[in-house]
Amino acid sequence: MSTISGTSRNFFSQVQEIFNRIPNMGVYGVLVLIFVGCLIFVPNFGSPENVRNLGQHSVALGLVAIGQTFVIIAASLDLSVGVSISAMAVLASLMMDGRTSMMLPTVLMVIGFGTFVGLINGLIIAKLRVNPFIATLGTWLILQGFLFSRFDNFAGGVPREFEYLGYGQIGPVPVGVIMFFLVAAGGQLLLSKTRFGYHLFGIGGNQQVSRLSGVRTARTMIIAHVLCGLGAALTAVFIVSRLRAGAPWVGETYTLDSIAAVVVGGAPLSGGIGSITGTVAGVLIFSILNNIFNILNIGAFAQLVIRGIILISVVAFYSFRLRK
Amino acid sequence: MEVDTTTLKEKKVNPVITFLQRIPVIYFVMLLIFVVIGIVQPNFYNSRPFFGFLKRAAPLIVVSIGQMFVIISGEFDLSVGSLITVCAAVAAKVIFNDPTKVWEAFAWILGIALVVGLINGLVTTKLRVPSFITTLGMMLILTGAISIYTRGAPQGGVTDNFRIYGRANIGDSIIPIALIVTIVVIAIAIIIMHYTTLGRRIYAVGGNPIAARLSGVRVDMVKTLAFVLCALGAGLGSILIVGFAGMSSLIIGKGYEFQSISAVVLGGVALTGGSGNVGMVVAGALTLQALFSLLNFLGLPLPIRLTVQGSIIIGAVALAAWRDIRKSD
Amino acid sequence: MQETSANNKPILEMRDVTKAFPGVVALKDVSFECKPGEVHALVGENGAGKSTLMKILTGAYKADEGTVFLHGEKVAFEHPQQAQRAGISIIYQEFNLLPDRSVSQNIYLGREPRGKIFIDEQRMVLQTEQLLNELEVKIEPRTKVGELGVAQQQSVEIAKALSLEADIIVMDEPTAPLSLYEVESLLALVRRLQEKGITIIYITHRLEEVFHIADRVTVLKDGTLVNTAPVSEYTSDELVHHMVGREFDHYFPEKADPENIGDVILEVRHLDAGKELHDISFNIRKGEVVGFAGLEGSGRTQLARVIFGADHFYKGEIRLNGQSMRFRSPVEAIRAGFGFISEDRKKEGLILGLPLKPNVSLPSLDSRQFLGFIKRQEEQEVVEEISESIDIRAASKRQEVQFLSGGNQQKVVLAKWLATNAKMLIFDEPTRGIDVGAKASIHQLIRDLATQGVGVMMISSELPEIIGMSDRVIVMHEGRVEAELNSDQMTEKDIMLAATGTTQDNGVLTGE
Repeated sequence: MSTISGTSRNFFSQVQEIFNRIPNMGVYGVLVLIFVGCLIFVPNFGSPENVRNLGQHSVALGLVAIGQTFVIIAASLDLSVGVSISAMAVLASLMMDGRTSMMLPTVLMVIGFGTFVGLINGLIIAKLRVNPFIATLGTWLILQGFLFSRFDNFAGGVPREFEYLGYGQIGPVPVGVIMFFLVAAGGQLLLSKTRFGYHLFGIGGNQQVSRLSGVRTARTMIIAHVLCGLGAALTAVFIVSRLRAGAPWVGETYTLDSIAAVVVGGAPLSGGIGSITGTVAGVLIFSILNNIFNILNIGAFAQLVIRGIILISVVAFYSFRLRK
Repeated sequence: MEVDTTTLKEKKVNPVITFLQRIPVIYFVMLLIFVVIGIVQPNFYNSRPFFGFLKRAAPLIVVSIGQMFVIISGEFDLSVGSLITVCAAVAAKVIFNDPTKVWEAFAWILGIALVVGLINGLVTTKLRVPSFITTLGMMLILTGAISIYTRGAPQGGVTDNFRIYGRANIGDSIIPIALIVTIVVIAIAIIIMHYTTLGRRIYAVGGNPIAARLSGVRVDMVKTLAFVLCALGAGLGSILIVGFAGMSSLIIGKGYEFQSISAVVLGGVALTGGSGNVGMVVAGALTLQALFSLLNFLGLPLPIRLTVQGSIIIGAVALAAWRDIRKSD
Repeated sequence: MQETSANNKPILEMRDVTKAFPGVVALKDVSFECKPGEVHALVGENGAGKSTLMKILTGAYKADEGTVFLHGEKVAFEHPQQAQRAGISIIYQEFNLLPDRSVSQNIYLGREPRGKIFIDEQRMVLQTEQLLNELEVKIEPRTKVGELGVAQQQSVEIAKALSLEADIIVMDEPTAPLSLYEVESLLALVRRLQEKGITIIYITHRLEEVFHIADRVTVLKDGTLVNTAPVSEYTSDELVHHMVGREFDHYFPEKADPENIGDVILEVRHLDAGKELHDISFNIRKGEVVGFAGLEGSGRTQLARVIFGADHFYKGEIRLNGQSMRFRSPVEAIRAGFGFISEDRKKEGLILGLPLKPNVSLPSLDSRQFLGFIKRQEEQEVVEEISESIDIRAASKRQEVQFLSGGNQQKVVLAKWLATNAKMLIFDEPTRGIDVGAKASIHQLIRDLATQGVGVMMISSELPEIIGMSDRVIVMHEGRVEAELNSDQMTEKDIMLAATGTTQDNGVLTGE
């Protein structure tokens, strides 16, 4: 008996395709439920300005979460993104210092910084064979030391024109959201349609097997970390535009939040599985949670508690599911 | 076919060199740092400043010993810092400037530490969540919980009979009570690790959990007990820290998780578990604290400590990984 | 059976290959060659050197001596990838597949076809379909490999080899995980590959497959070449004879006097566990050494683990001294008096980073403590006594056991259980990877233990050891007890025949 001939996408194979995507379906299902639930039960949730707010908050977390997705799929991790973002925000705001002429060089500088940190992380992990948790914990501490020893408050400021990134709109859609969408689309293409993406899944699934098949494992890992650093850089650029200046603590929450968003989006920490679309869903879920916390006036600290519980539950749930 | 790759190595080497080779590197490093400090700040070795240094180092030593139990058993505990803050805040609120309530405060600290340690242990062993996630999540929960509990500002205050452990000296002498407490903790830790069945089992579980299980060790229980011991260390540490600082604050424990891990790693205890001893950890903690003092004397800003810790952690692990690779070649 | 092609020059030649590891010579002057398009079976006991030979061929190991010629040209592979590029693919028992990726993604891992920037997924799927069609295997290329059954996964591995344009495919025990029906499909697949002119090196224990599918067979024994000949020149009897006939290299301790064999100490009745063990029943009596023979994968280690409580069983009964037991963990088994010397001492038997004393006293800590405190004096005495009595040689007592020789390490493992005063000991490959001297002393120790009344279950893949040590032999095959042989009946040939599941019936082969 021969297999299904040609590339006919007949009905059965299409249905099979959809079923195969069930992990993502799960997240989007939860997302829709939460969204609808909030529409009904939370006052003001559905108002256009709130939705716009939601969009803006998703952008910041989303950009860095996209970067984090690459490393998590590779069975690695980046704990340094938070402090890296803070450092870049301060750097950007100091460099620009209100001058429009410095906007472009600053953005380039920030991107350079972020990718450089990613490169260092990647090298330590791939070449020095240090466990990713330790390696990025180390860079976190190193960066934090330098950052906090020189700054303890907002520094510099962005020129008004730069605020366009954070506040401007093209038609009804905020600029940030467009940027996020483009980056997400680009990221998903990278993952699912390029050799790099395929190899990423390979090294995350089983490094040995990948190496035996000729995949350049070290190079792939390093690129993944560079991309993560790039995501952090984009987030830094965006939030400094929103905040109008940078301070050494602005990036703090992004480390754990980006990891949580990626994991909730269906990419287990053990690697080999994941997608940008899943991460986007995870980001939206967390943004909605943040949003309703603010509307309902739940304190920043209660949020921490809830985040902690969610983090543990999600990881436990996924590790249970994978074990079965 | 199983391959036998080891042979009995019989060497005729100078016994002095062998002896020196056996001493963990950290002791030499510690010596070096103290010498350097002596050069940069000779006053350091006068009784007052030196004992002051020991008083300051005491909490780190105690907390690091707690972390040691967990690391030797093959796991991590990132929640110690926030646990310290919780215990400090609870103590302040319970005592509320009433000296008779001090023992009640101790009981609370003990209780909270036990519960947190148990949860950390059970979630890691029964739910199979990697310990760094479990304790990271616990850290978030504790940090949030404490702020809710105190409504954003520390409430109440501790009394002198609570503070003495961290702050006072014995009678009129120059010897801090904290030092005595620390020595007692060190002694207890040594007894546990070398004289009890639990200690043996912690080494076994960290060294090879599969073989340990097949030798009849209850791996899950041992790891959970290690987490409990670590939490107790954090609880005790909080008493010393509050005593030293005089009062509790919302960030009083901040950073102790990284400091304790750095101290343990600096001491030469493998992060993968199964090896190390109390002496190495104490030396590591002293060296780290001395490093911090040195940075101070050199006029470097406080946060640089973090940079130092980060470099230590990466360096230690990279060194160990490099040694492993060389061994297997 | 196919006629080999007209071209009779060998496609592969390995000449005088020698490979030694510390303490053990895996291959000595082995020569092996394949003709293009033939199915060449490679047989031999566990440890005969088949895997080592293939690992040298595929570049995972480097030979100490000898040369390899491919297509008449000398080659020396340093990395499996080189061998792969040269057209040699090997399919291991543990598949090298990524379960979360699709069939086509797995096949083309590292060699994904692409356009200018993006991967040409359509082409990849199409090519995969073509490959699968050629093999007449029905699998949708987009299916995740993890969702496929074992036999299908194996087909994917074969398709991968095909896509690498392999001229030579080595299959290591390919039918081990397959059901009867799937074996038929695999053999048909092998024939199809042969039709395409591919040379197959087929490593197997199942002699009936050799006679079904192979053109020639090479027999290895103890690292040397016994013979290479067309299959038609062999009967299964002769084949087995070539695989096992050997001389003893040392004398075994005297076996038990039947009068000294006591009551039944361990009784296993109708034990069933998962997919691996079926309806196992046997007895072990005090004073006797019961050997467990069988091929890799026959379930012996699994049986040991189940009895010891390391894995779960769901049906059947285990009785120790008449009392029914069901251990849920090794802790319970140890308390009841069991000891288990597992086959991988480094991974399962020892804490390598610790010295002698903590290793030896680990299972028996509870019996030597008071309120949690170890009775150190007692512990020291017991450990010293046992170490001396079994002659453990270590440069210093403080030395970590990872620095001891294999033989001494194994003695440490044994010492562990002596310290628990175990009543029933299970040995899994007790002298694997150990030099002759240490072997002899461990054999004596095992016999002494039996004489003292300890029940001994000894799993071994070394036939001389089984025959030399056992008072009775139980042969396992594919998770069942295939035969139980007493002293007169245990010949190497009979054991091997039972182990391979072949029984002779008037000289005609009946497979399983």
